[in-house]
Amino acid sequence: MKVKSYLPPKFIVERNPDRCIQCQVCVNQCSFDVHYYDAEDDEVRSHEENCVGCHRCVVFCPTNALTIRKNPLDYRENYNWRPEVIEDITKQAETGGVLLTGMGNDKGYRIYWDHLVINASQVTNPSIDPLREPMELITYLGRKPDRLELDHNSLSLKTELAPQVKIEVPVMFSAMSYGAVSLNVQKSLARAATEAGTLWNTGEGGLHHSLYEYADNTIVQVASGRFGVHSRYLNAARIIEIKIGQGAKPGIGGHLPGEKVSADVAATRTIPQGTDALSPAPQHDIYSIEDLAQLIHALKEATNYTKPVAVKIAAVHNSAAIAIGMVRAGADIIVLDGFRGATGAAPKVIRDNVGIPIELALASVDSRLRQEGIRSQASIVISGGIRSSGDVVKAIALGADAIYIGTAALVALGCTLCQQCHTGKCAWGICTTNPFLTKRINPDIGTRRLTNLLRSWSLEIKDILGGMGINAVESLRGNRLHLRGIGLTKTELEILGVKMAGN
Amino acid sequence: MKDLNETNNPYCDDKVIDACSIFGMMNTTGERFSGECVIRAIANMHVRGNGLGGGFAIYGIYPEYAGCYAFHIMYLSREGKSEVEDFLKDRFRFMTAEEVPTRRTQKIVNPPLVWRYFLEVDQQKCNGQPQDDYVMDRVMEINTRIKDAFVFSSGKDMAVFKGVGYPEEIAEYFCLEEYEGYLWTAHGRFPTNTPGWWGGAHPFSILDWTVVHNGEISSYGINRRYLEGFGYHCTMQTDTEVIAYAVDLLVRKHGLPMEIVAKILAPPFWDDIERCPEDEQKLFRTLRQVYGSLLLNGPFTVIIANHGEMIGFTDRIRLRPLTAGVKDSVLYLSSEESAIRLICPDLDQAWIPMGGEPVVGSLERPIVSKGVTIAERNEAPC
Repeated sequence: MKVKSYLPPKFIVERNPDRCIQCQVCVNQCSFDVHYYDAEDDEVRSHEENCVGCHRCVVFCPTNALTIRKNPLDYRENYNWRPEVIEDITKQAETGGVLLTGMGNDKGYRIYWDHLVINASQVTNPSIDPLREPMELITYLGRKPDRLELDHNSLSLKTELAPQVKIEVPVMFSAMSYGAVSLNVQKSLARAATEAGTLWNTGEGGLHHSLYEYADNTIVQVASGRFGVHSRYLNAARIIEIKIGQGAKPGIGGHLPGEKVSADVAATRTIPQGTDALSPAPQHDIYSIEDLAQLIHALKEATNYTKPVAVKIAAVHNSAAIAIGMVRAGADIIVLDGFRGATGAAPKVIRDNVGIPIELALASVDSRLRQEGIRSQASIVISGGIRSSGDVVKAIALGADAIYIGTAALVALGCTLCQQCHTGKCAWGICTTNPFLTKRINPDIGTRRLTNLLRSWSLEIKDILGGMGINAVESLRGNRLHLRGIGLTKTELEILGVKMAGN
Repeated sequence: MKDLNETNNPYCDDKVIDACSIFGMMNTTGERFSGECVIRAIANMHVRGNGLGGGFAIYGIYPEYAGCYAFHIMYLSREGKSEVEDFLKDRFRFMTAEEVPTRRTQKIVNPPLVWRYFLEVDQQKCNGQPQDDYVMDRVMEINTRIKDAFVFSSGKDMAVFKGVGYPEEIAEYFCLEEYEGYLWTAHGRFPTNTPGWWGGAHPFSILDWTVVHNGEISSYGINRRYLEGFGYHCTMQTDTEVIAYAVDLLVRKHGLPMEIVAKILAPPFWDDIERCPEDEQKLFRTLRQVYGSLLLNGPFTVIIANHGEMIGFTDRIRLRPLTAGVKDSVLYLSSEESAIRLICPDLDQAWIPMGGEPVVGSLERPIVSKGVTIAERNEAPC
């Protein structure tokens, strides 16, 4: 029995009849079956209730005939029972299931980046023009010793460093697995990372055989499902990342439905085709910190101590204490993923309510590692909603060595954050394995768009650094004196370790 | 606990900001000379300061007490003095204590009392701690705990004289023309956010180290946080203090030679490192990887001195001036060449070092001048 859904359309599709030429581009572009052609009337019409607001049709309509507007849904005003709340309950009443969603937390929690401002030099200290002077963004990730020993006569090094990985710009692409995103997306990320001298991350879906040529710029992930983890995979990578948690869904595992597990995805993940790929919530061999230490050392053994091992956690209440444990357990890089970090699919209630802002987690982890005197033993990489070069600079000043971008990279490829990743219907061809859709990402164009993004950000970072009178990124790292807070409480300022603007 | 920062940085700015004239002169044979020419040289750069600070460091000044820690301490009250003296008597063996001779001058108003003490460390009181660490901790204690007292210098056979005024006025006040040393550094100050406070003038000193410095370190925030991780407390919030602690950490605690320290504080650019011979590449790269938080960014020229060694260098892109000059065995370092020419018109050579390129004067080796690489230095006869 098909029952009428009580969910009203979220969007209104406006088609300007004077402009529409019935070419049906919108019909072909929309993967959510919004547009359809009525041959009898020779007219293109809409199922508005299907519209997710991704704007694919708007961009591709050759006559600019389409406008997508928010359906006002003017229920009686109620601050507590907002339309979103009503609709969520309606969906649950109609399905009896856990509500799923994609992308990161979209709620109005305070975005601390927007309350931090950056310094610049005036008079007593000259700013530096990055067009005329060298401006260094090179960053090395990995464990560093507290001191170096030299042979005094030959001035040669007695200390051997643990493996260090160089990135030309302190921005990397965060984990997005094959299966969650398409191979063309991964190809674009891998090639862009290689061209820009940075790194991309396989996510937990294994490394497709066609991407091994980019292995030198690849971070491979070892997650709770252990998909695609084998000796060749580990040894190909520059960095191995153990994924404990993800900002969008701390404490929650993953589920790639069997429909998405094509022959290629199955081969890459080393699982049977068509089976659900279930990532358990915890890693079942890590129930405690000493177990983590064992896995870290097992991975180092497996790769003969040639690669740094990173451990990624979601930013949660005790991040600082957890991070200390991770470093002492042998992690060379700590990855903190804030609650605005995105996902291909997560329970909505988790995404919107669990975890903490990355700015606060970063500040407290960096401070705590310094208090414990072990900050140099691990690099800190952060992710979770980084939108611009300004955010990157602020993150580095708070103490990050490098920044992962996921959502921003996908936006560069066309994503408009319609939050339908979990449906597998991505009209932009990003978060899907449907071959009809995945071909919408051309890896050549995707690579160019991503390298362009990295290039613009690095130029902007250099401009900001030059303005501060700094010509090497290591002089910004953890240099919180170059930040000031605006509109923050005393406690917030204390946690961030910054002064109030004007002070 | 008293907060030195309240005195030195009363408006709680990120740090004390100042600009300056600096001068250094060293006879690398160890022959001692009077300060008369150094005073004339620094006075020649009068307009680089604003009269809110001047000072001198002298090495080889007290050969008769060469084995003793020479404490120069400034007092703002009699109570401060008696408290410090009780403190010192409890923790050191007194060899001599005397007021530092001064002369009344018109320019110096309201000077503090300055005394010097020649002290020996009682091994039993150190509790196994190295003597230098013991002394350093006591200096920190006086500076942070005892009201109205501040230690100018605490090294052996060296001393710092400093105060509020132009450097030539400070020299006149402390009768510096009467002292001799083989290494002198001098400083004239132009602070922008600190009142005239005698303790805040340069040189900044800890143990045998002295630092005179012209610049503003834009990496101060991270330099300071990094040093705090090694137990250094930046009580005065000045760039200079950070440099002194960095050098103490790298040379005394980590055992690195001064030229290497210069490559940490003002490292070569990554591009330049790529062009070095392979072993230097590895060395410089590793130094930056490990000690990146000690890179001093922003404009500066610094002259760091220690027993038997004087080193001067600028930031990597030379945003503040430094000229070096050599005449026979004497090395001159100065903000301006004119100051060197004034006292030594017939220099053997004078040059402007490249950004970050250290110029080193040492009692043990020939003067390291223009663009000499570390490899070449190793080949040079000692």
